[in-house]
Amino acid sequence: MYFLRRILFAVPLLLVISALAFALVHLAPGGPFDRERAPASPEIERALKAKYHLGEPVWKQYCRYLGDLAHGDFGVSLKYRNHTVNDIIAQGLPVSMLLGALAFGFAMGVGLPVGFFTAARRGRWPDYAGSFLATLAVCVPGFVVAPLLILFFSIKWKLLPVGLWETPWHMILPPVALGLFFAGKVARLFREGMLSAMQSEFVTAARAKGLGENRLLLRHAFRIAVLPVVSYSGPMLADLLTGSFVIENIFQIPGIGVFLVNSSLNRDYTVVVSLSLLYAMLLIGMNLVVDFAYTRLDPRVKYE
Amino acid sequence: MAIFQRARRIFSRARFCFGTAGVFFLCGVILLSGCLRREAPADLTIINGGEPESLDPAIVTGQVEIRAVRGLFEGLTRLDPKNARSIPGLAESWEISPDGRVYTFHLRPNLTWSTGEPITAGDVVYSWVRALNPATASGYAGLLFYLKNARDFNAGKIKDTSLVGVQALDQFTVRVDLDQPTAFFPDVCAMPVAGVVPRQTIEKQGDRWLMAKPLPVSGPYELVYWRLNDKIRLRKNPRYWDAVNTQSKIIDLLPVGSPNTALNLYECGQADIVWDKELVPGQLLDVLIRRPDFHAFSYLGDYFIRFNVTRKPFDDPRVRRAFALAIDKERIVKKISRAGEQPASHIVPDGTAHYTSPEGLGHDPERARKLLAEAGYPGGRGFPRFEYVFSAPASGGDKLHENIAIELQQMWHDELGIQMDLRQLEAKIFYTVQAHLDFDLSRSSWTGDYDDANTFLDLFTSDDGNNRTGWKNAQYDELIGRANREPDLKAREKFFQQAETILVRDELPIIPLYFYVGINYYDTNKIQGIYPNILDCHPLQAIHKIKTGE
Amino acid sequence: MNDKKVESSKLRVEGQKTDAPFVPVSVSQLSTLNPQPQFSPGQRAWQRFRRNRFAVISAWYLVFLLLAIITWPAILKITGGSFAQIHNPNQLSDAQFAPPGVQYWFGTDVHGRDVFSRILYGAQISLLVGIVGAGVSLVIGVLWGAIAGYVGGRVDSAMMRVVDVLYSLPTIIFVIVLITTLGEMLKQTHFVGSSPALARALRVALLFVGLGAVSWLTMARIVRGQVLSLRTRAFVEASRALGGGPVRILARHIIPNVFGVVITYLALTVPAIILYESFLSYLGLGVQPPMASWGTLIAEGVGQINPIRIYWWLIAFPGGVLVTTLLALNFLGDGLRDAWDVKSRA
Repeated sequence: MYFLRRILFAVPLLLVISALAFALVHLAPGGPFDRERAPASPEIERALKAKYHLGEPVWKQYCRYLGDLAHGDFGVSLKYRNHTVNDIIAQGLPVSMLLGALAFGFAMGVGLPVGFFTAARRGRWPDYAGSFLATLAVCVPGFVVAPLLILFFSIKWKLLPVGLWETPWHMILPPVALGLFFAGKVARLFREGMLSAMQSEFVTAARAKGLGENRLLLRHAFRIAVLPVVSYSGPMLADLLTGSFVIENIFQIPGIGVFLVNSSLNRDYTVVVSLSLLYAMLLIGMNLVVDFAYTRLDPRVKYE
Repeated sequence: MAIFQRARRIFSRARFCFGTAGVFFLCGVILLSGCLRREAPADLTIINGGEPESLDPAIVTGQVEIRAVRGLFEGLTRLDPKNARSIPGLAESWEISPDGRVYTFHLRPNLTWSTGEPITAGDVVYSWVRALNPATASGYAGLLFYLKNARDFNAGKIKDTSLVGVQALDQFTVRVDLDQPTAFFPDVCAMPVAGVVPRQTIEKQGDRWLMAKPLPVSGPYELVYWRLNDKIRLRKNPRYWDAVNTQSKIIDLLPVGSPNTALNLYECGQADIVWDKELVPGQLLDVLIRRPDFHAFSYLGDYFIRFNVTRKPFDDPRVRRAFALAIDKERIVKKISRAGEQPASHIVPDGTAHYTSPEGLGHDPERARKLLAEAGYPGGRGFPRFEYVFSAPASGGDKLHENIAIELQQMWHDELGIQMDLRQLEAKIFYTVQAHLDFDLSRSSWTGDYDDANTFLDLFTSDDGNNRTGWKNAQYDELIGRANREPDLKAREKFFQQAETILVRDELPIIPLYFYVGINYYDTNKIQGIYPNILDCHPLQAIHKIKTGE
Repeated sequence: MNDKKVESSKLRVEGQKTDAPFVPVSVSQLSTLNPQPQFSPGQRAWQRFRRNRFAVISAWYLVFLLLAIITWPAILKITGGSFAQIHNPNQLSDAQFAPPGVQYWFGTDVHGRDVFSRILYGAQISLLVGIVGAGVSLVIGVLWGAIAGYVGGRVDSAMMRVVDVLYSLPTIIFVIVLITTLGEMLKQTHFVGSSPALARALRVALLFVGLGAVSWLTMARIVRGQVLSLRTRAFVEASRALGGGPVRILARHIIPNVFGVVITYLALTVPAIILYESFLSYLGLGVQPPMASWGTLIAEGVGQINPIRIYWWLIAFPGGVLVTTLLALNFLGDGLRDAWDVKSRA
């Protein structure tokens, strides 16, 4: 029931988001057709504005946008005038999703075990080493990691391709570069969760009952310990699935991550609003999944 | 013992975790890689620059787009790959009337679109009128303003297309009426804005006509697909009139934004040619220039500084002259841009057809200080703080503008004793600021549209939209106007020289810094058909890659 | 587990020493008993902190860094002459791309500027950005998440929806609008318009505010998650049974217990903010040249990574200093959390 209500609420929420995004992008100075060269005549500028209805008041443009949206038409990109936003999403989203899924797998596959180890071996050298590496992963920016990975794996050792997104070999470095940061975060959050779970009453009780340490850690503590990670997974997945500007730029991957940033810089109104909507839908969806997972993991959590 | 067992159990559990995630990872890769199409490799892979905004020849304005569009659509003339002079394209010959105002073009017989329909003179007229139509919003319509009534039609003052100076006399003959004799008009015909577009598809599909499959094209290549930020694939058009000379069958154009990525792709063999000035990593120029596969050549463009002459104290030409004299352009070219550019004292690049520029101001800090003192700011005292604006580079791009700005700041401070602030603006804001004259000094550049002095000099006439300095000089306008009415090339050159002298010696609403050098990289042992020329124009159909084993 | 051994066999009656193993006392005498030296929770936390080697090293490093940042400009002013000129972060020279050596300890960049000096000056901006931004995100995020999680129901729903809405707005455009529009508006006011220095300072301040304003959202989510778990716990029930109002419960029970996760996440937010600032500088929206921040220095350095020739000092030193500082901040955060967290004594 609760979740059904949440899904119903999503619709007006998305409307609010689209309105805010629309207003926000129109507030920014500069327009999509401002460029270095001036147009040949003021008539051209007027015609251009009229063609894309940019002269109308903002609320009217917004209603027009909503009307198109009701037909599943996200509009035409103002920068890439031969492409509709639907084209852009259809081409770019699957690529970004694949990249994101692979990065998520990497982040979890590396982050969870590292977090587990550092918590289980707390205070001893595996903890120090693991924590250090996890923190290091979070401190190095993506636009440093990616070129360094390329330098070593692609250029010096010639093991993997330098960029583009064509064969499975192309799909190894970018998810690693993207996922490293999140792996570090996951490791830290999981460690924190494990530590707090290991101190909690029911774990103490289970220990008192005589349960073995490992069984304890994995079966009982895990479900509680993973809560902060699950909390974080919602936004993390939404971020990952919409690609990453830095990674896609450096590896030249045809996803929509590049569009998310460039459309704002280009004042490509339709793309900005449409991609915000897309991102919002993903985010709401992911948060619903996360909240649902919460109830499964911690039976004490109840939603009214 | 117990420790070992514990360790083993922990490791097995961890391996389980790691294992499942790893399996997830690999499954994803394998499953979805199966979905990827396996396609034939291209004969030639070119990194063209960024992603083209459009492939509609009537509306494109950027170099990136023009290079791609030239492969798809052709006009009455085209450019010779060796020297970028205009040679017959769709038109096999033309006559010019004695007063230079009427051109009669004769189309080749048997011209067809890639889909088989004949290309007629009516198509040419349609394409030009479409480019001039204000509803099309063409960025380069100004190039066609040499036609009679074109300007008025574009401004919406006339609605009747038959009044515009281009007509189809019959199926193979096009008559063009110009307002005044224009010596470089055949060059204009080679520009994409004058390219011939398929009326049948545009009338049916409107704005989505480029997505039509099949897309009728008039040029040497057809569009196989256009994937944003991925690649544009072109395939040889067998129905092109000169198809027999088209060298490569399949060409891929890759849109790459970052210079380091472009260099990496080239070094690892994933790209054959990189040809965009923006794609050369600036800090490596001194090393790259010495390699045999890096080709630098003079190019019809320059980098200059714009003053806003409507703001004090830049309304005083003495101040502007002082600023110009205080810059050590050699140092900027040697230290910052480093591609072997020539410092510029005038605005029209050396090597422009039919023209030799007058000399402008050189480097003379003593004289600069004297001028500044004359203007009322001895030693820079009392000179207000002002701002120099420039645009932020595209992500991963070169910080050229910033670096030049920093050098200028230092030079003017050391030589003239004045304090300049730098202001880096996001690109769109930078254009708005320039357009509204909301700056003190701004960095600027201009690339010539055709090989003639006019493309640089008419910028600074009083009401040109690209003037953007607020400078209005009646004498300058007069000289430019007279030059453009003059059919004799020598007399024309004289007028231009007088105008340019006013521009770069006396008034200086702009300070020219250096002339652009284009850089392309490709291996001359493997790639043939690229010749350096002043327009940096390399028709795709002439390029040929020698495959290993040939 | 060692220090938990309660020395119950050594009860001492005040003023009296006794070797008797057990002295029965009545309840009324309990208050006079003094089983072991009492330290305040603060002192105990401090002792625990001191035992954490990493945290202590990190603290010393940060102190040293702060001292260096503060004293370096003073040193330059005092020594004057050619030393000051060489190490002036804005002084251009002909020694372009000089490798690290006697004169330029960390080498020079494309303009011949001293990298060492630029790192120290850039530290001011970066650290300020990180601290102010994280502070803003801490205050807003914790309050928002705690209230939402504790109150629950429709209020929780509404508050989290607001977070969702704000989260899905593209941050770049938000930052652009904030900095430029607010900046323009402020420039119009006479107060700011008359002083370009104030205008510049305000632009930087707006950057801090903008960064903080986009960073509190995930903190709120995480705090809310923790609070949801916590509010059903026994001690919260107990507090409520004893008559504690929601504010009291929040302040004294819930918030201290989320402190652990908050500190950890905060220690992860500071680097995120500093990195986001460098991303903004990458796009031309951050710090104005020729001012340096670690982000701009690293962005410059990254451009040097290519297959042909690497001016390694342009990326190694700024990168190394950034990473070390962020590591130190993280370990410090961990150490504080371990020291304060009552339950994490191992």
